[in-house]
Amino acid sequence: MDDFYRDYVLDHYRNPRNFGHLDRPDVQADDLNPLCGDTIHMELNVDGGGVVRDVRFSGKGCAISQASASMLTESIKGMTLEDVAKLSKDVVLENVGIGISPTRMKCAMLGLRVLKSAAIGELAGWPDEES
Amino acid sequence: MTQTMPAVTTFDDAKLARIAADFPILGRPTSRGKRLVYLDSAATSQKPRAVIQALVDYYEQYNANIHRGVYEIAERATAEFEAARVKLAHFINADVREIVWVRNATEAINLVAYSWGSTNIKAGDAILLTELEHHSDLIPWQLLAQRTGAELRFIPVDARGLLVLDDLDELLDGCKLVAIGHVSNTIGTIAPLDVVIPRAHAAGAVVLVDGAQGAPHLRVDVAALDADFYAFSGHKMLGPTGIGVLYGKRALLDSMPPFGSGGDMIHNVEYERATFAEPPWRFEAGTSNIADAIAFGVAVEYLEAVGMDWVREHERELTAYALERLGEFERRGMAIYGPRDPALISGVISFNFADIHAHDLASILDTEGVCIRAGHHCTMPLMEKMGWSSTARASFYLYNSHADIDALAAALTKAAQVFKV
Repeated sequence: MDDFYRDYVLDHYRNPRNFGHLDRPDVQADDLNPLCGDTIHMELNVDGGGVVRDVRFSGKGCAISQASASMLTESIKGMTLEDVAKLSKDVVLENVGIGISPTRMKCAMLGLRVLKSAAIGELAGWPDEES
Repeated sequence: MTQTMPAVTTFDDAKLARIAADFPILGRPTSRGKRLVYLDSAATSQKPRAVIQALVDYYEQYNANIHRGVYEIAERATAEFEAARVKLAHFINADVREIVWVRNATEAINLVAYSWGSTNIKAGDAILLTELEHHSDLIPWQLLAQRTGAELRFIPVDARGLLVLDDLDELLDGCKLVAIGHVSNTIGTIAPLDVVIPRAHAAGAVVLVDGAQGAPHLRVDVAALDADFYAFSGHKMLGPTGIGVLYGKRALLDSMPPFGSGGDMIHNVEYERATFAEPPWRFEAGTSNIADAIAFGVAVEYLEAVGMDWVREHERELTAYALERLGEFERRGMAIYGPRDPALISGVISFNFADIHAHDLASILDTEGVCIRAGHHCTMPLMEKMGWSSTARASFYLYNSHADIDALAAALTKAAQVFKV
C-alpha cells in the first residue's frame, strides 16, 4: 500500500489538475463515501456532439480519492459522454496502479462513480440535480 | 518524578507482559511480518484466551437453548447464561434483575428510546444530549423527537473538547431525559457525570448513560452514579460481538412495555392477547446470544481479576506517554485534538498529521503493523463543529505497552517520509 503513494500520486493530491468550477457547466454530479466522508463534485462542458470539452472537479478527502479524480479529469477531455458512461475500473487502476485494499478501493473509485453518474444521468435526460 | 507518587502509578511491565500473553492475536505477526500493534480498542477490543475458550466450551460441551429444556446440557446452558448476568450485575454494582441482555449499546439505547421514550416523551418535552455524542446516542433520540414532537438540546463542547456546563440548569428546564456518553469515542473526554446526573434528577429528568467507552475503561458503579440507564457493549471490553447490556433501575424497567416481542419474553399467551414476563426477560425476545453472554461474563471476570483501577491507571500512563511522543511531531504539522490532560481523557487520542489525510495515514501505519482508526468516528456533527473533516485516532487498552506507542511514533516517521512532510 505504501507503494501506492508515489511521487506523481502525491503531486496530483497536492496540485490537483482541473480543480475548481466551470462558469456554466452543462453536466454535474457529486457523491460521497459515507464511510470516510470523502466528497467529489464533477462539472462538465459538453458540446453539441456530446463530446466532453472541459471538466472541473472539487472535493475533499484522502490522497487516493483526490489524486484518482484529478487523473481521471485528464483522461476524459475529448471523450463522448457515451464513452465516459462506459468507463471501467481499469482506467482508475491504470492511473493509480494496483495493490489497493478493498476498503481503499472505494476511495479510488469515488471520482469514477461521480463522473459516470454525471454522464449516465445526462444521457438519460435526467434533470440536472443542482439547476 | 515526585517522591510522593503512589506505587500504583509505577508501570508494571511483568503484569503487562502476562496480560498481553493472554491475547492470542497479539502474538500473530501481520502478513508483512510486522508485530501487530493494536491501537483501535475504542472500535473493538481484542479477546483473551479465556473468553474465546468460553465460546468453544459452550458449543462443544453444552450447546442447548435456555429457559426451556429439562435435560442436563439445557440446564447447564441456562445456569451459565444466568450466572453471566450475575457477573455483569456485580461488575457495575447493580441488581441482577436490572441487567437486560441486548446485542450492543446501540440496541440498548434504541430499547430505551422506543420502550421508555414512547410512553414518557410527548410533544414539547426536551431531550438533552451533548455535542460529543456518538451517532448511536444521537440518532435514536432524533427519531424519538420526530415521532413525538419533542425538542433536542445539546450540552455544548468547548474548543478543548470539554463539556460546558454553564447553562446546564437552563438546558434542563422542561427536560424529561438526559442521554450522555460516559467517554467520548472521538477525543476521549470523560463526562462529568457526578455533576450532570444529580442536577438532571433535581430537574426531574431521567438519565441514560452511553457507557460503550466508559465501562471498558473506568470502574462503573451505577448505584453510586445514580444513573437510571447505563448501556454498554461486550465487544469493546474483551467480550464477543453481538452481546451487550442495558442496565435500568428496577422501577423503570418494571414500568416499561416490551421492545421486541415473541418467544421467551411472555408470561401467558392466548391467541388474542398475552401477558409479559418480568424484567429483564420481558426485553429479551427470542433466543439470546447465549454463548456470547456467557463469554461476556468471563470477560468481566478477567477485567476484575486485573483490576479496573489498574486498567484506568495503565491507560492514563499510556495516554500521557502517547501525548508526549505525538507532541514531538507538532513542529512537523501534527495537530492533536481534545483535552491534553490525561486525567480528563480515557485512552483515546485524535490527531492529524500535516496535509496527510487520516485515511492515508492509517494505510501507511498499517504497513508497519500499526492499527489505528481514521474518519469521522460516527460523530459527524462534532467533526463539523470542530472543523475536522476527519481525524486519525489511536486508542489504548490494558494490553498496550510503551513499545506500542513507540511503534506508532516510528510509523508516523515513516508516513512523514512517504508524504515528504
